[in-house]
Amino acid sequence: MRHLLSIEDLDRADIERVCDRARSFAEVGRRDIKKVPTLRGRTIVSLFYESSTRTSSSFELAAKRLSADVVSVKSAGSSVDKGESLRDTVATLSAYEPEAIIIRSPQAGAAQMVAGWTEAAVINAGDGKHEHPSQALLDVYTLIERLGSLDGKRIWIVGDVAHSRVARSCIRAFGLMGAQVTLAGPPTLIPRGIEEMGCEVTYSLDDLGGADVIYALRMQRERMKDSFVPSLREYAINYQINPRRLGARQLLMHPGPVNRGVELAPEVIDGPQSLITTQVASGLLVRMAILYEILAGSGDRPRAVRGVEPAPEPSPIGEPA
Amino acid sequence: MSAIAELDWRGSGDGAAGPLVIRNAHALDPASGLDRVSDIVIRDGRVAEIAEGGAAAAPAGAEEIDASGLHAFPAFFDPHVHLRSPGQEHKEDIETGTRAAAAGGYCGIVAMANTDPVVDDPAHVLALRERAQSEASVPTGFVATVTLGMRGEELTEMSAIREAGAVGFSDDGLPIVSARVMRRALQYQHLVGGNILLHEEDPELSGDGVMNEGPVSAALGLSGVPAVSESVMIARDGALCLYEDARAHVQHLSARVSVEAVAAAKAAGAKLTAELTPHHLVLTDEEVRSLDSRFKMNPPLRTEDDRQALIEALRSGVVDCIGTDHAPHAIDEKDVPFEVAMMGVTGLETAFAVLYTELVLPGVLDLGLIVERMGAGARLFDLDQPSLAVDAAANVALVDLEHDWEGGADGWESRSDNSCFHGRRLKSRPVITIVGGEVAFRRRSFAMKVAAG
Repeated sequence: MRHLLSIEDLDRADIERVCDRARSFAEVGRRDIKKVPTLRGRTIVSLFYESSTRTSSSFELAAKRLSADVVSVKSAGSSVDKGESLRDTVATLSAYEPEAIIIRSPQAGAAQMVAGWTEAAVINAGDGKHEHPSQALLDVYTLIERLGSLDGKRIWIVGDVAHSRVARSCIRAFGLMGAQVTLAGPPTLIPRGIEEMGCEVTYSLDDLGGADVIYALRMQRERMKDSFVPSLREYAINYQINPRRLGARQLLMHPGPVNRGVELAPEVIDGPQSLITTQVASGLLVRMAILYEILAGSGDRPRAVRGVEPAPEPSPIGEPA
Repeated sequence: MSAIAELDWRGSGDGAAGPLVIRNAHALDPASGLDRVSDIVIRDGRVAEIAEGGAAAAPAGAEEIDASGLHAFPAFFDPHVHLRSPGQEHKEDIETGTRAAAAGGYCGIVAMANTDPVVDDPAHVLALRERAQSEASVPTGFVATVTLGMRGEELTEMSAIREAGAVGFSDDGLPIVSARVMRRALQYQHLVGGNILLHEEDPELSGDGVMNEGPVSAALGLSGVPAVSESVMIARDGALCLYEDARAHVQHLSARVSVEAVAAAKAAGAKLTAELTPHHLVLTDEEVRSLDSRFKMNPPLRTEDDRQALIEALRSGVVDCIGTDHAPHAIDEKDVPFEVAMMGVTGLETAFAVLYTELVLPGVLDLGLIVERMGAGARLFDLDQPSLAVDAAANVALVDLEHDWEGGADGWESRSDNSCFHGRRLKSRPVITIVGGEVAFRRRSFAMKVAAG
């Protein structure tokens, strides 16, 4: 992988390779010193134009576990705040010759544009409502660790699909891994034509019992303002995943942060079917794997990886920089 | 009806230029029944004679243009151009914009009023006309806004503005949201004349949309502009035009439902005309998958089904003319993520080549039809449509249909680079544009070819 911009750029083998690599990093996390020297002396810039807790901390910790030097730039208080253009900010940060730039932006396509402006590898940590590929990869990893395979599994993504970059990346990634994806939510929050991405669309949870996995999306509280839903109360009545709706053999996921009592009832968040904290733990491993695959994993730029049980031999999937 | 050359430009005026003979051009003007290799003699700013190729006697002192292998069309007229002056000269100005028009084979254009400040009083119109007299390469008409400050609330002094020489009115860039204000403007037209050009969009429906609403916007996570946001306003204004017996012109139709709304209004007897842009005729929202902001404009590129409806509307006459909506923007306004990029694309220098390459060569539309619709915009302003008929004003575009080029490869006459055909292979290019008998543009490579010959 040269960059990680969109799940659309990946195939099934790419995703499997990231998952295999993440699995090999799980062992590192069980040691006293949870660090490997793979990326020692290399610089990674993390550029976040939106607030983020789990994604930014997860990438930062992943980079540190690989011994990289990390520079974090947040929009508030930086030159970004003073009106500097994205292009100029990237040019400035590129002068540090980073190996990778991790970017979160409120605008679709921002990561792709940055990739055209810098020599560094670019990792999309969320661009507008477009994609959040590292989230989808960690979700696939989480499910594979639990289920073995996604082939033929029925996954329901429930809630505010319209405003969700996670949904778009997950539809693509789950589909690539052989799952059947169904979107369910209020008609006002399911974009017209999204079924052409290769998924089913329904506006009720009547058939939710057929799902193997229920992936609930965050329902933002301000969505009433534009008349997307009349009230959160009504939303919860129709779409909340609660003990009545969640079957004993179904798994529950959520990208966080959760609005307790809105899209999820408190009982199910902490229940035995919930994978929500597993997702966070997987996030660290998968983001280590992503950094590894992009910065150290490619064919003709072999890097010695000490202290890690090598993953099954990956085939090169792209030319390094 | 009046002559295009009477609009403001720096040309020396009717008849002042010497005679011209265009030798052996393939003259094509369906309205005049012309479709053969001809000599065109131009004298006193008018077409004096159309003779068989090589047969015309040259008037004394005439410049001869060897047009062997070239086509001669009635030059084009663009009813929809943004010259950006005053206030946004970093994007375009009267000189660069009209030079782009001349290079595109246009003998006249109409400039929109959404400048900074907006053109909403007589003094602004007079100032622009004066500038055009020293800077414009082709005759340029100016519209003023319908409402003060384009706020959609109070009418401008439409009568005084017409006195100052505005050819019509438009709040283009923004719709006139209030049906009450729209109705008043149509009523007032009975006093002041002129046309009202409409950017049809219901902002309640288009919201924060940045592209067509459909499978592509769903997959990209971009907010969509539904096609009905355009058609509901066309339906409203068609009904108002009919009720007030006034005329209006719908700019840049983009969707099948809009074509249907125009057709219904026309069938009911409304004096409504409509226009199409080259980009809506040849591109669809699939282009936006690239997230390249060169494909961002308002109204947005729609679906293939919409595109087919637009082509059919041009063919059937539901749509009257082609306008470019030439909308220049500077690089730093476009080289940003799609959602925050300015809306608009340039078009004057590519319009004919794009339509010829993408619609005429594949056999979708006749060359004659394209030529006719590219000149028909003049009629919106009661100007004579360019024609090659004897005695018509000599407005001629000489075009090399064999010329193969890449959009943007040798730069643009326009100050801005935001063409959605940048990097495309195009076939055909205007080489000489004659306005009222004067050569308004001569492509350098062509001049060199003549010299070498």
